[in-house]
Amino acid sequence: MKITLEIVKHIAHLARLEFSEEELKQFYQQMVELLDHFARISELDTENVPPTSGILPLYNVMREDNPGPTLPREEALKNAPEEESGFFKIPTILEAED
Amino acid sequence: MIFQPAHKILKEIRERNLSPVEVIQATLEWAQKLEGKLRSFLVLDPEGALAKALMLEEKLKKGEEVGPLAGIPVAVKDNICTRRMTTTCGSRILENFLPPYDATVVEKLERAGAIIIGKTNCDEFAMGSSTENSAFFKTANPWDIERVPGGSSGGSATSVASYQVFLALGSDTGGSVRQPASFCGIFGMKPTYGRVSRYGLVAFASSLDQIGTFARNVPDLALLTEVISGHDPRDSTSLPEPVPSYSKELDSPVGTLRIGVPWDLLQEGLTPEVKEAFEDALEIFERAGFAIEEVSLPHASYGIPTYYLIAPAEASANLARYDGIRFGLRAKGEENLISLYKKTRGEGFGAEVKRRIMLGTFALSLGYRDAFYVKAQKVRTLISQDFQKAFRKVDLIALPTSPTLPFKLGEKVQDPLSMYMSDLYTIPISLAGLPAISIPIALKNGLPVGMQIVGPALSESLIFKASYLFERESGLSNLKPPIVEELSA
Repeated sequence: MKITLEIVKHIAHLARLEFSEEELKQFYQQMVELLDHFARISELDTENVPPTSGILPLYNVMREDNPGPTLPREEALKNAPEEESGFFKIPTILEAED
Repeated sequence: MIFQPAHKILKEIRERNLSPVEVIQATLEWAQKLEGKLRSFLVLDPEGALAKALMLEEKLKKGEEVGPLAGIPVAVKDNICTRRMTTTCGSRILENFLPPYDATVVEKLERAGAIIIGKTNCDEFAMGSSTENSAFFKTANPWDIERVPGGSSGGSATSVASYQVFLALGSDTGGSVRQPASFCGIFGMKPTYGRVSRYGLVAFASSLDQIGTFARNVPDLALLTEVISGHDPRDSTSLPEPVPSYSKELDSPVGTLRIGVPWDLLQEGLTPEVKEAFEDALEIFERAGFAIEEVSLPHASYGIPTYYLIAPAEASANLARYDGIRFGLRAKGEENLISLYKKTRGEGFGAEVKRRIMLGTFALSLGYRDAFYVKAQKVRTLISQDFQKAFRKVDLIALPTSPTLPFKLGEKVQDPLSMYMSDLYTIPISLAGLPAISIPIALKNGLPVGMQIVGPALSESLIFKASYLFERESGLSNLKPPIVEELSA
């Protein structure tokens, strides 16, 4: 398995990260080196080993569905870079058809 | 006065020989004096701290009930949410973020009467082993200001080691409390996964993150840990088991413990200075009547690759929330939503955070998920089983915290893999979710060496007792780095 610069570019797009070409080349080299090292785990036989996603013996933790205080709108908007009329404001997401 | 253990100060305050205002004033004066040289804090709040101390003094005058940490100045790592102080996680992307709520541990500290004087520097989003990944500045090790304090909770460790505060909170995902505690010559506890609520701890790798504690001696550490532990309905992964009084149980007898040493894991990376200090420490345990046995953790040496696939995978999902919409930095001048995301994250995150998001996104992506992420989760099971088997033979496991002495600032920043290797001995324990402490065991070339004591899940009380016994035998607690000696002279 060989990762290519193209794969790394695709991963950057999936991760929504902007890089300069130079940065991307450096990251590519580091990722090749790291993944090469990490591939060591493939030598272990894990045929009948279940994966661990969480370490606790807790399953389906439920609580009573009781209403309680929630964050007031102005508090929730306090850290927003841009807001308008009590909403988070974002750039246009739909192109106008004409 | 500020060089006294917290438990002595508490007694003095309760007996009205000392007032919380006197304590906070002396602490703030000293903290500010050291801050120019060490830079532990991203934010200091002297006015808020003084106001808290005055309120506490009123309560004491009226004879009202005060909490178990009443009047003790503490520091909190800057990835733990505080309403009255910014919470930046050492990142540009959260540079001006003022959380709308307090973390559960912050509420618990305040209810206990502790006074939070500031927020400490850390590697960005707790990703790093030297605190050099902070977007703002580097923190120095008080034992040698040319060296790193460890990380990611380096600011918290430095603040306690240099007596700027009595106690501090950090967070430990792969060793971020234990390794800086070791590098700074203090005590650091990472409790069992789920023992302390993560509500209000900014998420990095949710299946591994755990809030931990720093102090200069075991009784203080036990007290702080019991104050912040316990079930929290706001964190469904917090454990329901009641919390023992770790500080009161310290003096009860431990009996003859069997201590296991995983020599197979220690074959890799262990430097001669650390090995010598560790062997001397084992002799102290033997003199105390403990039996030292060898245990095998055959899969633990796969900890680094396993961790650096699982933790980045979880981080890539957790850090998706920093998109420039609801809080934090937003890149200027972008008219398209996707390019706004990309530019905001490209500008707001530092190199290590981007590296981990990339690794994690890769490990989870179509075609690679089974070979990397799922495989790592299976190896995590094997590592966990190694510990379960070992604990059938022994009561506790001892091993060095870091394979090396504290390294120089700048020494490893260009080489991610060598930086990752500094967590070789802490990571397997994190993957297994077990409690572990780091305690000082020696000074070598004037630099501290730490040892971990690891136990089965929820064995914090036993770990504290064994550590306390060691502390008394070795006399290695409340250590004073040269800079503290000089400035207090």
